[in-house]
Amino acid sequence: MPSLIDLTLEGRKVAHHGPWPRVVVDASVWTFAASELAHGRWSLLGLWGEPETVHMAIMEGQSAGIAVVSLECPERRFPSVGKHHPPALRLERTIHDLFGLSAEGAPDLRPWLDHNRWGVRFPLGDRIDALPTTAPYRFLAAEGDGLHQIAVGPVHAGIIEPGHFRFTASGETVVRLEQRLGYVHKGIDGLMAGASLERGAQLAGRVSGDSTVAYAYAFSRAAEIALDLAVPDRAMFLRALLAELERLANHLGDIGAICNDASFALMHAHCGILRESVLRAAGAAFGHRLMRDIIVPGGVSRDIGKDGPETIQSTLDNIRLRFPALVELYDNTASLQDRTVDTGTLKPPLARQYAAGGYVGRASGRSFDARRTLTYPPYDSLRFDVPVLNEGDVNARVWIRIREVEQSLSLIDQILSRLPEGPTRNEVPLGGQVREGMAIVEGFRGDILVWLRLRNGLIERCHMRDPSWFQWPLLEAVIENNIVADFPLCNKSFNCSYSGHDL
Amino acid sequence: MRKLLFESVFRQPLTERAPSPDDAAMAELATVVGRAARRRLGRSLSIREVDAGSCNGCELEIHALNNAYYDVERFGLRFVASPRHADVLMVTGPVTRNMHEALERTYHATPNPKWVVAVGDCARDGGCFAGSYAVAGGVSEVVPVDLHIPGCPPTPIAMLRGLLSLLERADARSTTP
Repeated sequence: MPSLIDLTLEGRKVAHHGPWPRVVVDASVWTFAASELAHGRWSLLGLWGEPETVHMAIMEGQSAGIAVVSLECPERRFPSVGKHHPPALRLERTIHDLFGLSAEGAPDLRPWLDHNRWGVRFPLGDRIDALPTTAPYRFLAAEGDGLHQIAVGPVHAGIIEPGHFRFTASGETVVRLEQRLGYVHKGIDGLMAGASLERGAQLAGRVSGDSTVAYAYAFSRAAEIALDLAVPDRAMFLRALLAELERLANHLGDIGAICNDASFALMHAHCGILRESVLRAAGAAFGHRLMRDIIVPGGVSRDIGKDGPETIQSTLDNIRLRFPALVELYDNTASLQDRTVDTGTLKPPLARQYAAGGYVGRASGRSFDARRTLTYPPYDSLRFDVPVLNEGDVNARVWIRIREVEQSLSLIDQILSRLPEGPTRNEVPLGGQVREGMAIVEGFRGDILVWLRLRNGLIERCHMRDPSWFQWPLLEAVIENNIVADFPLCNKSFNCSYSGHDL
Repeated sequence: MRKLLFESVFRQPLTERAPSPDDAAMAELATVVGRAARRRLGRSLSIREVDAGSCNGCELEIHALNNAYYDVERFGLRFVASPRHADVLMVTGPVTRNMHEALERTYHATPNPKWVVAVGDCARDGGCFAGSYAVAGGVSEVVPVDLHIPGCPPTPIAMLRGLLSLLERADARSTTP
């Protein structure tokens, strides 16, 4: 059985790509990689396009070795990966929508992000005019006696992002759910092309607002790797502090919101208070409640305020005081457990196949956490556990979050007690002519991948892959045979990003 | 659960005093909110939130308005599930071309009298996404906007100020003949 390293020897290695190799391969090696993915020996981390090239990031299961394989396709065609490995399907439809490159042999040729509203087709490839008329989107069929459809969205009932869900139900039981996304597609890949690093970081921080820190972190790391730029120690620790505060705030909010979707408002109210306390501490320490635009290539744009560490510490103390009672409340309320246990179960093989990151993967036996598996500083010198469960239900996803709240509290303690003195930002060099870098950072939702190519200091191509790409399809799978009324609960326990996915 | 509820009875409330209405926002509204509003609606507004393309940052802070610190319902401001029940549309994001029609339809589904509050820097002119092939622009490109609350995202306090000035205005107009 060939390893990923053998594969990279098959192709032409690209210079100035870090930290993992990128090789240009031919169609047979590309197809071989697709079949290895299908056999579950490797995981798909990303699949993205350029006007005449497709790239695929792959991770080898055991060694966590990573490589990017690229296939040049001047004929505007490439062998479909999705044909062998379904997690690639939506990514291939996106490549077609944006660049006009066709995945040959793909079982699903419907558009994905392109709703025929942009006025153009293939906006990032060879542009042509939009279709004169918009054909209705063909939802997949479900057949049987007495089935009915429920159409939801794009504008939803709550304060959430837009997307369309098409349920086919038999009575109360969901037979099939199909998502239609792309409503918040802003064309960020297109805006990135030709942008400066400064603007790139600003855009990256606005891909998904709840992960603004993690995106700026991943983008900055990718740029620093491309430019071979070191970051001051103090900035390194401050970045981890920002990332853990973001994780803490989001997990606290989610735990409450999941309970709220089971109509248990008390948890929601109390978790909301704790979440607010984290945002206020972040606002006091860094001048912005969501900590936006603070991580930049080269370091951080502002140091923590003078009273910042103390404010954060007292916030943590309060959470430590209040949170255990809420965990106990969650654990001891039978009516709530009745809703979350055994609901929306994601089987471990499916989580593995889709390389599902974050709490979705870790609640279904997949132990991947970029902070541990692909460790990056300062996490390599901090102590923390990666909680993993195998049940895969809503309850397990709540518990992973609870455990991660505890881990983040401990990580923040460690960071504050070891925060080195010194500068917080290094000058960003212009760099050589062409430099490429890739980074994978653990956001609260899962691993965020950023790949970029710089030319003379400007961004030529930047691709950002949200963890939601590999979580959304799984939500379709877990809702099957659950009742319609449990959908909000399942959906919130996944809490996928629409904006991060639609980009 | 009983212990937690019991403790809450004796704890000081977390809810904070209301901020003063935003003067700039007041002026912006002067021409918009008529006495009809007061007569028809009383001192209360139902709000439908529409994400027309935001990064979800604004949604997080709109959510915060409902937490115990800001407790927006004490002012008679309530988030509702349908545009049919709404007096105010709070719209976030640069309006993407893919959301253009959905926003328009939501607007038309909202009964008169109605107001549109555009929330966040992107909602004014598309913000850092302006110029993209996939972005139509600010909210006013698609539906008439009565009030804009700036920020990336605006803090809950800034949003509360904006919404209160909407109420104040409706109130003041109703008492002057």
